[in-house]
Amino acid sequence: MSLTMRIFTASRNGQRMFGTNGARLLAAKRTEPKDIVEVAKGYVYVNNKELSMEFEDITDRAATTMFFGELFRGFGVTLAHIFKEPATINYPFEKGPLSPRFRGEHALRRYPSGEERCIACKLCEAICPAQAITIEAEERADGSRRTTRYDIDMTKCIYCGFCQEACPVDAIVEGPNFEFSTETHEELLYNKEKLLCNGDKWESEIASNLQADHLYR
Amino acid sequence: MIRAPLVKALSALGSPTHQIASRAVRTSAIVAQTPAKAPEKIEVFVDDIPVQVLPGTTVLQAAALVGVEIPRFCYHERLAVAGNCRMCLVEVEKSPKPVAACAMPVMKGWRIKTNSDLTRKAREGVMEFLLMNHPLDCPICDQGGECDLQDQAMAFGSDRSRFTDIHYTGKRAVEDKDIGPLVKTIMTRCIHCTRCVRFASEIAGVDDLGTTGRGNDMQIGTYVEKLFLTELSGNVIDLCPVGALTNKPYSFVARPWEIRKVSSIDVLDAVGSNIVVSTRTNEVLRILPRENEDVNEEWLADKSRFACDGLKRQRLIAPMVRMPNGELQAVEWEGALIAVAKALKKANGQVAGVAGQLADVEAMVALKDLINRLEGETVVTEQGFIKGSGTDVRANYLLNSTIAGLEEADAVLLVGTNPRYEAPLVNTRLRKAYVHNELQIASIGPKVDLSYEHDNLGSDPALIKDVCSGSHAFSKVLEGAKKPAIIIGADLLEREDGAAIHATIVEYCQKLKKPEWNPFNVLQNNAAQVGAYDVGYQAGADRAIKAQPKVLFLLNADAGKVTREQLPKDCFVVYIGSHGDNGASIADAVLPGAAYTEKQAIYVNTEGRPQQTLPGVSPPGMAREDWKILRAISEVVGTPLPYDTLDELRSRLEDISPHLTRLGELEPAGFNETGAQAAISKSISGVAIDVKQKELKDYFMTDAISRASPTMAKCISAVNKQQRQDEQSKQSVAI
Repeated sequence: MSLTMRIFTASRNGQRMFGTNGARLLAAKRTEPKDIVEVAKGYVYVNNKELSMEFEDITDRAATTMFFGELFRGFGVTLAHIFKEPATINYPFEKGPLSPRFRGEHALRRYPSGEERCIACKLCEAICPAQAITIEAEERADGSRRTTRYDIDMTKCIYCGFCQEACPVDAIVEGPNFEFSTETHEELLYNKEKLLCNGDKWESEIASNLQADHLYR
Repeated sequence: MIRAPLVKALSALGSPTHQIASRAVRTSAIVAQTPAKAPEKIEVFVDDIPVQVLPGTTVLQAAALVGVEIPRFCYHERLAVAGNCRMCLVEVEKSPKPVAACAMPVMKGWRIKTNSDLTRKAREGVMEFLLMNHPLDCPICDQGGECDLQDQAMAFGSDRSRFTDIHYTGKRAVEDKDIGPLVKTIMTRCIHCTRCVRFASEIAGVDDLGTTGRGNDMQIGTYVEKLFLTELSGNVIDLCPVGALTNKPYSFVARPWEIRKVSSIDVLDAVGSNIVVSTRTNEVLRILPRENEDVNEEWLADKSRFACDGLKRQRLIAPMVRMPNGELQAVEWEGALIAVAKALKKANGQVAGVAGQLADVEAMVALKDLINRLEGETVVTEQGFIKGSGTDVRANYLLNSTIAGLEEADAVLLVGTNPRYEAPLVNTRLRKAYVHNELQIASIGPKVDLSYEHDNLGSDPALIKDVCSGSHAFSKVLEGAKKPAIIIGADLLEREDGAAIHATIVEYCQKLKKPEWNPFNVLQNNAAQVGAYDVGYQAGADRAIKAQPKVLFLLNADAGKVTREQLPKDCFVVYIGSHGDNGASIADAVLPGAAYTEKQAIYVNTEGRPQQTLPGVSPPGMAREDWKILRAISEVVGTPLPYDTLDELRSRLEDISPHLTRLGELEPAGFNETGAQAAISKSISGVAIDVKQKELKDYFMTDAISRASPTMAKCISAVNKQQRQDEQSKQSVAI
């Protein structure tokens, strides 16, 4: 067994290195790189293959190691990226694109007439997997069914979007806003007033998102 | 003579199919009551399962026997068959068309297919027609989540719509009707099953509802603008399979999936109706009836159903003690208990207790034990009974024929009672017997509308003697009857000559009695009354007043029979109860108790059936369960009662009377052999017999809870409004 071969098989296993059965090994290496273990027919061995022990290959590998070939290739990649456009954006001044299906901060919408859409059917409350929604309802003076209380605990919410899927009148929606972090927990317990206010603030975006997505609903 | 209206109409038509249908109606109504001669059973096959049924059984009933439920809207077990919704169409082999299962009596060897292609297609078609004229407003409909139409559309409807009229130009819309403060109508949702119409005319006996128009123009309504005011109006809400008739006070309040349901007992009358209390966030939202064939079938009287908002008003939430300036001031429990204990120590055994109409058995036992330990003797109920020892024999104060038994009665005499308002669900039994069982009814007392025809003999008390001596014409009817019954109002026995009336009737009932049938009945109107007598309370607040106690306990006693003037000046009055009513206003110490939805407590109904309430919510504020308050007082006084838990108290109840803890079971009282013989010598006075609740407006407020209820107040004003309108229209007709 040559020295070079010993060097390059040192990492493989001791048997190979110190084995006495050299003739058989020499006979074997003339064939294709072989699987380390016997693999049944129909299966593919995916682990490292035995390295080629042809003299040419051995010298190639030695040269790559000696002349730091991988290192220079790495430098090359780095150098190339200096001339490419950066992937990061200058958040908060720049923002990435959002899907119309993006599920951000909740909002309660109104009809164009200004009448609130929510009819207190409580389907969102029922479907909410985090039980973040609390609704109380009663008959309004004009006999219509309205909520007297619509609370969402934004710290419980998991932003699954089931509420907007359940809503028969598109009243509760998850709008495109994701920047609503606060300093206290209490500020994230949204009430009806806050949600309606969100709806008024984001109506144009919400409406265009719904329009963009309406064919797939 | 058959009095069921539909059957009458059908038999008049006389065609063979109608005769079959009418026979089916009659069988379905009476089949349970006449086991007499069993006709030969016939065999039919439901989905290839053979089943033996009586002739005249309908397809739907036969299917129910093998556990196959056929969808239906108009059919209801307790109402006449209408057969107009067509939802129950099923295929019968060799029949050219699908048949309406609810109205078609089975024939021998029929093979009924409840899940064949034809059946499913028929159902799908019917469902499509129904949904075509039904609004898709489930999200705002109160029935949403417990709607028969919703459920059956899911189960049997088509999976897609062929409805193309998206502009709703042809969709039916009907104006809503104002039929009172209890039932909200959204008539567009109506699918014309006519269950409400049949309930009103058959069960409630008020022919106010009906249909007008035909086909697409058909409407359910009162024809002229009129309120649907009966003491049973709430039941049409349960009957309505869609959201056309809904609970007005409960409208939009909650969804069925978010409420917690607790099976309990109603205590606002002495029937002891089984109820389901729906609660959410520690609030009673609504009360629904629970089926119990022996007590309330599946109905519930309006007061029991709608007075639950009285549980949130006028509540006592903190103990109060009367200050030297004469005002009640809220204090901590400790202070209140010490104040009561001080007074008890000073009283030296001159202690009395009065139990009112909502007192539960546990609290009454605790009160009695406490007073006995303090060497007091006087524990009485607020409502009176016959003088003397009438309550010693249990049969003397019970409805011995039992509520369900009254259905079988064939001659009934009502003495000084108006069951329609004192016990509406006893009245429905009488009406049922009147309709289906040829019951003949006579009454002694003022003329009242009982919702069925009856003979008013007059209000002269001498009539009692006439009937009981056998000289009156109605005596012949009673004596000739198989199951006669005499029902005495509990209020009548409060009279001075109550004992004489009682004894006279008891003696006559000895003559009328049959094996296994006791014709003597007292119709109680307070839920606490029978329980109180069972645990050894005496009757009549006047006994407590006569004792002139130093300390007087008022346990839920709100009827106002005890007044401050009748008591000694230095008498310390302790009120234990849930509402700030008459009792609390005269008390020196007010200890807030729990209402019936807040405690586990036993009540015994008028037929002597002990049943228990279960807590749906916790008592408000500092209020506690009544017996626990009494237990705490006993501790502070230094004579602790020997029970710390409800179970221990229940075993004490069992010591007093074992039947009290056999919940739901009726303990037969036997026959009242030892009527108050001494009393018979006393004569019945000439004061005319009267009843307290004569008209509907007298019905709504009879106790602390219903007096605090805004809904009940609305009912009274609605009745008054209706009366005024009626008078005006009468005047205008006269002019």
